[in-house]
Amino acid sequence: MLRAAPVLIILLLIGPIMVGLLMVLLPAFGYLPALNATEFTLTHWQELFAVPGLVRSLGISLVAGLLTPILALSLVFLYLATASESWLDRWIRRLVSPLLAVPHAAAAFGLAFLIAPSGLLSRLFSPWMTGWQRPPDLLIINDTYGISLMLGLVVKEIPFLLLMALAALPQLDVQRRVAMARSLGYRPGLAWMKTVAPALYPLLRLPVFAVIVFASSTVDVAIILGPSLPGTLSVMVLGWFSDPDLAHRFLAAAGALLQLGLSLTAILIWMLLEAVARRYNTHWLESGQRHHGEKMIWLLGRGGVSLATILTAGSLLSLLMNAFAGFWRFPASFPDSLVLRHWLSALPSLGQPLLNTVIISLVATVLALALVLAALENEHRHHLKTRSSIWFLYLPLLVPQLAFLFGLVVFTESLQWQPGLPLVIFAHLIFVLPYVFLTLSEAYRRLDPRWSQLAATLGASPNRSFWRIRLPMLLSAWLTAAAIGAAISISQFLPTQLLGAGRVPTITTEAVALASGGNRNIISVWAMVQALLPMLGFMLALSVPRFLWRNRQTMRYLH
Amino acid sequence: MLRLTTFTLLLLLLTNPLSAQEQQTRTDFTSWPQVLNEARSQTVYFNAWGGEQRNNDFLAWVAARVEALYSIDLQHVKLGDTAEAVSRVLAEKQAGNTDNGAIDLIWLNGENFASMKENGLLFGPWAEQLPNHALLDAENHPEVRYDFTVPVEGMESPWLRAHLVFYYDSELVSAPPLSIPALLDWTSRHPGEFTYPRPPNFLGTTFLKQAALELATTPAALYQPVTEADFEQVTAPLWEFLDRLHPHLLRSGRSFPASGAELRRYMSDGEIALAFSFNPAEAMLAIKNGELPPSVRSYVLSGGTLANVSFLAIPFNARSKAAAMAVANFLLSPEAQARAQDPDFLGSTAVIALSQLNPAQRQLFNFQRHPALPAAEELQRQLQEPHPSWMPALEQAWLQRYSGR
Repeated sequence: MLRAAPVLIILLLIGPIMVGLLMVLLPAFGYLPALNATEFTLTHWQELFAVPGLVRSLGISLVAGLLTPILALSLVFLYLATASESWLDRWIRRLVSPLLAVPHAAAAFGLAFLIAPSGLLSRLFSPWMTGWQRPPDLLIINDTYGISLMLGLVVKEIPFLLLMALAALPQLDVQRRVAMARSLGYRPGLAWMKTVAPALYPLLRLPVFAVIVFASSTVDVAIILGPSLPGTLSVMVLGWFSDPDLAHRFLAAAGALLQLGLSLTAILIWMLLEAVARRYNTHWLESGQRHHGEKMIWLLGRGGVSLATILTAGSLLSLLMNAFAGFWRFPASFPDSLVLRHWLSALPSLGQPLLNTVIISLVATVLALALVLAALENEHRHHLKTRSSIWFLYLPLLVPQLAFLFGLVVFTESLQWQPGLPLVIFAHLIFVLPYVFLTLSEAYRRLDPRWSQLAATLGASPNRSFWRIRLPMLLSAWLTAAAIGAAISISQFLPTQLLGAGRVPTITTEAVALASGGNRNIISVWAMVQALLPMLGFMLALSVPRFLWRNRQTMRYLH
Repeated sequence: MLRLTTFTLLLLLLTNPLSAQEQQTRTDFTSWPQVLNEARSQTVYFNAWGGEQRNNDFLAWVAARVEALYSIDLQHVKLGDTAEAVSRVLAEKQAGNTDNGAIDLIWLNGENFASMKENGLLFGPWAEQLPNHALLDAENHPEVRYDFTVPVEGMESPWLRAHLVFYYDSELVSAPPLSIPALLDWTSRHPGEFTYPRPPNFLGTTFLKQAALELATTPAALYQPVTEADFEQVTAPLWEFLDRLHPHLLRSGRSFPASGAELRRYMSDGEIALAFSFNPAEAMLAIKNGELPPSVRSYVLSGGTLANVSFLAIPFNARSKAAAMAVANFLLSPEAQARAQDPDFLGSTAVIALSQLNPAQRQLFNFQRHPALPAAEELQRQLQEPHPSWMPALEQAWLQRYSGR
C-alpha cells in the first residue's frame, strides 16, 4: 500500500498535466480539430513574436520572477538574523500565517487601494498636508516598469518564505551555532548570517523556486498591480485564451508554452546566480570579518519586514474599511458612514458556496496529506532518495493553469466524467499536493531517524512507530502543511470553474464573478470571507499542538 | 496488483455513471406545447456574467418564476468572463460530447456570438419559434435581427438592450462634451479628467468604434467586413484623434483602466469627472449603491451613440434545450421585461416593443425617471454596431500603436 503512494502521486500529477500540456502543444503548432485546424504550422509562433510589446512584457515577467525572490528572501534572512523575543517579533511571527492566508488577489487589491493616488494613504494626508482636494494624477499602480507589481509580490511572498524558514529552523540548532560564532567575537547579526543562513538556504530552495515560478507567471496580482501596456506575458496569454475570436486560442497556446519557457529560464538564471553567490559567499565567510555590515543587517532586517508587515496590515485594513464603508469620497480619511449593507447583500448567497468550499478543501487536503505522508513514510522505511524526481512536483505550478486545464476538461469530457464535486476535488488535489509535499517533506526527512530505531528496539512495528512516534512528533508540521493545502484549495478559481462547469460554486468563484463588477465594497466583503476560512485553518494548525501538548513543553517546539 | 486496484478505485470514485439522455433528442422544437412539456422538471444551467448583484438578484427572481410557471430548475452559473463558458463548450466539442453538454443557456456578446456561430457551437434556429418573439416587432425594429451586423437567424434570442451613454459629475463639470470632436477640446481644457478602458477590453473597443464612426469620412465602410474596406484610410482620422487625445487623458495616456468596472471606480474615487458605460442605468445604479455621488448625470452624444441588443444562445450540445427555450421565452414576457426595466430592480432597457402590448401590460412600464438616467428621447439617438470584423482589426491596430511604447 505504501509503495503505491509515490506512484499514485506521480500518476495524479503527471497524468493530467501531460494530457493538459499535450493539449497546449498541439494547438501551439496549429492542431485543434474542434476549430477545424488539422495542419501543423509555425505561423502562430511568428504571430506571437510579432505581438506589440512582447519583448518588454517578457522582460518584466523575468525581472519580477527574479527580483521578487531575491528581495523577499534577503529580507526574511536579515529579519531572522536580528529577530529576538521582543513583542514586535512575537507579533510578526503570529501574523505570518494569517497574512499567508489572505488570497493573492485580495491582498493585491487591498494594496492597490492603499497606495493609489486616491488611496487610503493619500486620503490620510489630504488635504491638510498635501493640499489635494482631488487625487493627484500620478502613475503609481500599473506603472510601466512593474514596480508596484513587484512590491505586491514581495510583500506577499515574505510571509510564505518566513513561514517556511520558521518551520525549517528548529532542525538547525540555531542557538548553538550563533553562540559558537559569538564566542569567536562575531556580532549577533553577522553570527547568524555566517553560521545559520548557509545551512538554512538549502532547506528553502524548493519554496524559493515556487516563488520564482509564481512571480514570473502570476495572473491575478499582475492584472491588479502590474503594467498594462503591455501587460506581463501571463496576462496577455489569459487575454488570448478569453478572446471571443476562437482563432486566438492558437496564439494563446503558443504563449502558454513561452510562459513555461520563461519560468524555466528564470529558474535557470537563479541557479547561475546561486553559483556566483556561493563563490562570493565563501570569500565573505572566510574573511573573518566580525563587525562590518552589522548595522546594515539590523537596519534592513528590522526595517524591511516591519515595512512589509505594515503594508500588508494596511492592505487588510483597506479591505476591512471598504467592506463596511458607506459613501466615501476623496479626500475624506474615513467613510461618511459605516454600513452592514454590503455584508447583508452577500449573506443570502453565502451558504452553498461556503459548504462546497469546506467540503472540497477538506477532502482534497486529507487526500493530499494521506498521499504525501504515505510517500514520505515509504521513502523513510526504504531509505530512498527522491531528490531527482522532485521536479514533477513543480509541474502544476509551472504550467499556466488556463492552458492545461482546457486540455484537462477535454480529457475528462472524453472519458465522460461528469463535471461536479468529485472532479473539482480531483483538480484541486493536483494543486494542493505539491504544496503539502513542499511544506512537509523537509521536516519529515529531517526528523531524527533514531526515534524510529529506538522504537524498533523496543519492539514496535514500523506501523506502530509511524502512528505513535513520527506522526505525533510531526504534528505541528503536518497540521501546517494541511493548513497551507487547504488555503491553496480555497483560493483555486479556474480548476473549480472549468472542471465543475460552474456547477460547484465556491467562495472563490463567487468572489471572482462579483469582482468583475468592480464594486470595491462587495469585492472587499468577499475577499474578507475568502481570507477568513484559511485563517481559521492556520489558527487550528497553531492551536491544536499547543492544546494537545499543553503538558509537553518541548514537543510544542520540536518541529 | 495493489497499485492497480488503488488506481482503479480512484478512477471509480471519480467516475459518475452517465444518466440516460437519449430520449430528449426526439423533441419537435417547433411545437411549443411539446417544448413546454419536455421542459418540465428539466434543469437549466444559465451561464451569465455574475459581476453585478442586481443582475444576480434579477436572475434569482427569474428562477423562482420559471419554477412556479414551468417547474424548471434554473441555475445561474455566475461567470467573471463569458470566455469561461465558451472554453467549456469548445472543450466538449473537442471531446466529442454532442448531446450532454454542461451549459444550457449563455448570455453572449456579439463577438462571442459571431465566433461560436462560425465554429458550429450553437444550437438552432430556435428563437423565432418562441411565442413572445412576436412582442419584439422585428419588422419595425430590425436591430433585434442582427448581433453586431451578423444576422441572428434564430440562433439567439434577445433579452435586453445596451446603449453607450456618457456620465459626468455635475458638481465638477458644467458642460460635458456632446460629440467625439468636442471631447478632444474638452479634455485639453480639463486634462486628466477622462480616460477609457484599454482595448481589447469590450468597452474600450466600443469607444474606438464610436470615435471611428463619428470621425470617419465614410462611416458606411464600417458596416462592411473590414477586409472589404481600406482600413488605413477609414481609420486615419481615428488615430489622429487619439494621438492628440492621449496626452490629455488621466495619467497622460500612459496607463488605461482594465475594464468598465475600473473606469467607474476611477469616477467613484474622484480621479476623473467624465466616464461612459454600455448600460444607461449604470450611473443610477452606482448612485443607489453609494459608489457615485448623487450629482452624477448621464447623457447621449448629440450625434447618437452605439446601441445593441443583448442575446441568449443555446450551445449545440445543451442537455435541456427545451427548458432553455422556455426560460428565454419567459425573459421576453411583459412581466420579466417590466421587472428588468424597473429602476428598483435591474434598471435596464426592455427589448420588446411597447406597441405590441395591451394597455394593461403597457401600464407595467410606467416608472418614475431617476435624475441620473438619460432621457427617453435621448436614448432614441442610436448608432448601429459596425461589422464584428472591425473589432479585432481596431484592437490590433490600437495595441500596435500604443502598447510597448
